[in-house]
Amino acid sequence: MFGYSMADIGNIVVMQGFSGLSMFTVLLLMALGLAIIFGQMGVINMAHGEFMTIGAYTTVLLSKVAATYGFTNYYFIFAIAIAFLLAFAVGYFIEFIMIRHLYKRPLDTLLATWGLSLVMQQIFRSTFGAKEVSAELPEWMLGSFKPTPDIDIPINGVFVMVLAALVTFGVYMFMYKSRWGLRVRATVQNRTMAGAVGINTSKVDRVTFALGCGIAGIAGAAFTTIASTGPTTGTLYIVDSFMVVVFGGAASIVGTIASAFGIAQAQSILQFFMTSSMGKVSTLLVIVTILMMKPEGLFASKLRK
Amino acid sequence: MSNTDFVLAVEDLTVSFDGFKAVDSLTMYIDKNELRVLVGPNGAGKTTVLDLICGKTKSTAGSIKFNNTELTKLSEHEIVRSGVGRKFQNPSIYENLSVYQNLEVSYPKGRGVFGSLTFKRTQEVEDRVRKVAEDIMLTEFLDMESALLSHGQKQWLEIGMLLMQEPELLMLDEPVAGMSAKERDQTAELLNRICQNRSVIVIEHDMEFVKKIAHKVTVLHQGKILAEGPMEKVQADEKVIEVYLGH
Amino acid sequence: MTLWEKMKASPVLGGKEGVISLAVLAAIIFVVLPLGLDIFRLNLIGKYLTYAFVAVGLVMLWGHGGILSLGQGIFFGLGGYAMAMFLKLEASDPLSTKIQSTPGIPDFMDWNQLTALPWFWEPFKSLPFTIFAVLTIPALFAYIIGYAMFKRRVGGVYFSIITQAVALILSILIVGQQGYTGGVNGMTDLRTMLGWDIRSDSAKYILYFVNGLLLFGAIFLSKYIMSSKFGMLLLAMRDKEERVRFSGYDVSNFKIFIFCLAAMMSAVGGAMFTLQVGFMSPSFVGIVPSIEMVIFCAVGGRASLVGAVYGTLLVNYGKTVFSETYPEMWLFLMGGLFIAVVMFFPSGLAGIWDKYATKYGWFKDKAPAKKLEVSTSKVEAQAVLTETSIETSLATDSTGVATKRSPRKKADATSAIEGNKLRGAEA
Repeated sequence: MFGYSMADIGNIVVMQGFSGLSMFTVLLLMALGLAIIFGQMGVINMAHGEFMTIGAYTTVLLSKVAATYGFTNYYFIFAIAIAFLLAFAVGYFIEFIMIRHLYKRPLDTLLATWGLSLVMQQIFRSTFGAKEVSAELPEWMLGSFKPTPDIDIPINGVFVMVLAALVTFGVYMFMYKSRWGLRVRATVQNRTMAGAVGINTSKVDRVTFALGCGIAGIAGAAFTTIASTGPTTGTLYIVDSFMVVVFGGAASIVGTIASAFGIAQAQSILQFFMTSSMGKVSTLLVIVTILMMKPEGLFASKLRK
Repeated sequence: MSNTDFVLAVEDLTVSFDGFKAVDSLTMYIDKNELRVLVGPNGAGKTTVLDLICGKTKSTAGSIKFNNTELTKLSEHEIVRSGVGRKFQNPSIYENLSVYQNLEVSYPKGRGVFGSLTFKRTQEVEDRVRKVAEDIMLTEFLDMESALLSHGQKQWLEIGMLLMQEPELLMLDEPVAGMSAKERDQTAELLNRICQNRSVIVIEHDMEFVKKIAHKVTVLHQGKILAEGPMEKVQADEKVIEVYLGH
Repeated sequence: MTLWEKMKASPVLGGKEGVISLAVLAAIIFVVLPLGLDIFRLNLIGKYLTYAFVAVGLVMLWGHGGILSLGQGIFFGLGGYAMAMFLKLEASDPLSTKIQSTPGIPDFMDWNQLTALPWFWEPFKSLPFTIFAVLTIPALFAYIIGYAMFKRRVGGVYFSIITQAVALILSILIVGQQGYTGGVNGMTDLRTMLGWDIRSDSAKYILYFVNGLLLFGAIFLSKYIMSSKFGMLLLAMRDKEERVRFSGYDVSNFKIFIFCLAAMMSAVGGAMFTLQVGFMSPSFVGIVPSIEMVIFCAVGGRASLVGAVYGTLLVNYGKTVFSETYPEMWLFLMGGLFIAVVMFFPSGLAGIWDKYATKYGWFKDKAPAKKLEVSTSKVEAQAVLTETSIETSLATDSTGVATKRSPRKKADATSAIEGNKLRGAEA
């Protein structure tokens, strides 16, 4: 009898853990983009959530188009690519007209990008309406695995996880194995010197910022598989994502993954035992407390000069 | 680690960054009223030694005694208050304050929160600021915004800010960097003047300048002392010549 | 010496221009607005002016200290809630709540099946305790946050993000704990303070003037602090924190103090808000109000105390007008305001005023105290200029001011010592 209830609890933990995993992937993708922008460039992008929303709306729109022209089954792959490109392009443009003038003033960047996020939210609201919309998922993403008769693992959850893994791997390869990544890191470490050896630092900045935004776009595409999209969707995740980045140590990919996982799982599991708001409060409270005691985050090598 | 008569007694001082020993078992004594110059190639650990003494970097092992008080356990502002002043490599002054205000802020009264709220500009402060300004040749610039000073004047201003504190030990990191020949001469005179009643440690690359000011020279190489003594002796030292010229 | 001359010579008030700008503000708040507006509109202005407490605190904290707190709503809210708790208890006497299943406790507690007053509500039956709580609890909370962060030298954007997270936590907590806090609706239906009906017109007039006087008290206190050595150290710290530390100052103590003081001012604003508006809700605590309060301060000029008051009035007036007529336009405007102020007018209204006042030589005997403010933006501008070549608007703007100023500096040389005594940086 006891063994039976243990199995039950096991099932709950697995399934609850899996719902945490969906949140983990969205948080991870959001935080990766932020970590690139903040960790590498020191820019606080408060409008990051809105870049995610761009990706989400792109996916939703494309799903409508796909439904009309009958390619629902494989539109999602295009959606990811277009979400990335669109968010990348908007990010590129924003860097050009706004961010690059503010590199020396990180606190001001924070305020300016907050303003940008308000403007973008209103654009979404005026364009798509205040109501939340959702994407038509392709049929193959709707089912679920049944590894045992009692456990349901949704395929869309597995899909976004694979997606997140690929993007993370891609970011790692880009930052640490490619010429571009080398230039980015060189620019971060010594801007003047990087400029002197022929790196176009302002172009590096622009592409880095746009890349971070592009990844947020992918996060938006992933987001549509687990929830519906509204004009203020991005604001729900922005504080959590910042916490992930700071908690994980601003420039560490491993730290970002671990802290995204920890925060998502803690919230998901605590929400099962408490009310949803208290789950969130407890998680954030623990993070803030830890950050006050260990401000450099859990994985960072250094924060202070 | 017994008590000594030296102003500063550095013994077996070691600091390692991720296993790399930037300063390795360094032992060094500074006399009262002595002007010591630290020289050595880049990366020899000169600035790190000053960082360790003033508490900016925490040591891994060893002791630093200033007037027989252990400094390694104190925080930066406590070290300053015990009488150690430090000038940074790049002139570090408050660009948005006037020269006068820069000096006044450095006056060692009203250092607590409430002390600073009730601090009054007395005649004593006024006199002290004018005296120091004269020493550092900036009397006529007292009311200028300090951002507008020349690079050399900024260096002087920072020295002046330290003098306001009347430190017993003054540490200067490359005080003549970016100065014209004339300014260098003036700085040499300034340093010779101010070490009358205090000890001074200077880091410098310009050997002509070192000759003008040094009582004793310590040559650092890879975190260790390579040679120590009067300038002529050090210059003749085989090992020193090898380190500076041998590669 | 006549009073006028005494005031002009006072380093606290900031010279002739300082005295005039304060007098103009006082005339607007105490004479023009009360005479020109009906009590409904005046009460609205009174509400805006409670935000000005936050903005004044931010001028010291952010404008002078370079510490950007995105959590000032926390303290505004704590002050406001403390006052609301007192008023709510008074409004919930057993007689007027006799239809509840537990009479004598606030209505929202009854709706949430609470049968007794929670222990932490008990002391708020006393007005002296409540006033004490308004002044100390937010300051204590700020002390804890400030101590934890500044002693570990967390600053810059990290401080901003963490204060923002704390604001989020507090607002979720208030919404989530309905039985203790009134939840998302907040505490409403507040009527009397010690039997005095705060909803009557006469009470609204009195509260408006009390609020105005308190605000001036906050401004004078800030002016005093900014003109002391503390104020100079604050500017020094913003510029070269390391140098201040190595001049023998425990930098963190100064930051903690100014953070606590700004928190205390915000709390007073919050308490006055509750009194004048008659309710308090979590919508004044969270991320959005906290960051909006920063923009009030930025629009007025982040380094100018008087500017912060004008900025608060202007933005809130705009918000009221636009959200009544074109609600959808308001977010565009607000967003645009954030971007425009930061990118093109970092010194805000005060900076623009300053530029023209100098250009036309309106204040001939003005003290060099003004230099501080301008130099900041100039240094910033130069930094940006060296970084990217296309920073024309900001750079020419500020360096333009600088070149126009330099001849004046020479002219001022005679009154130089005097000028040094006038080290407050505000208009």
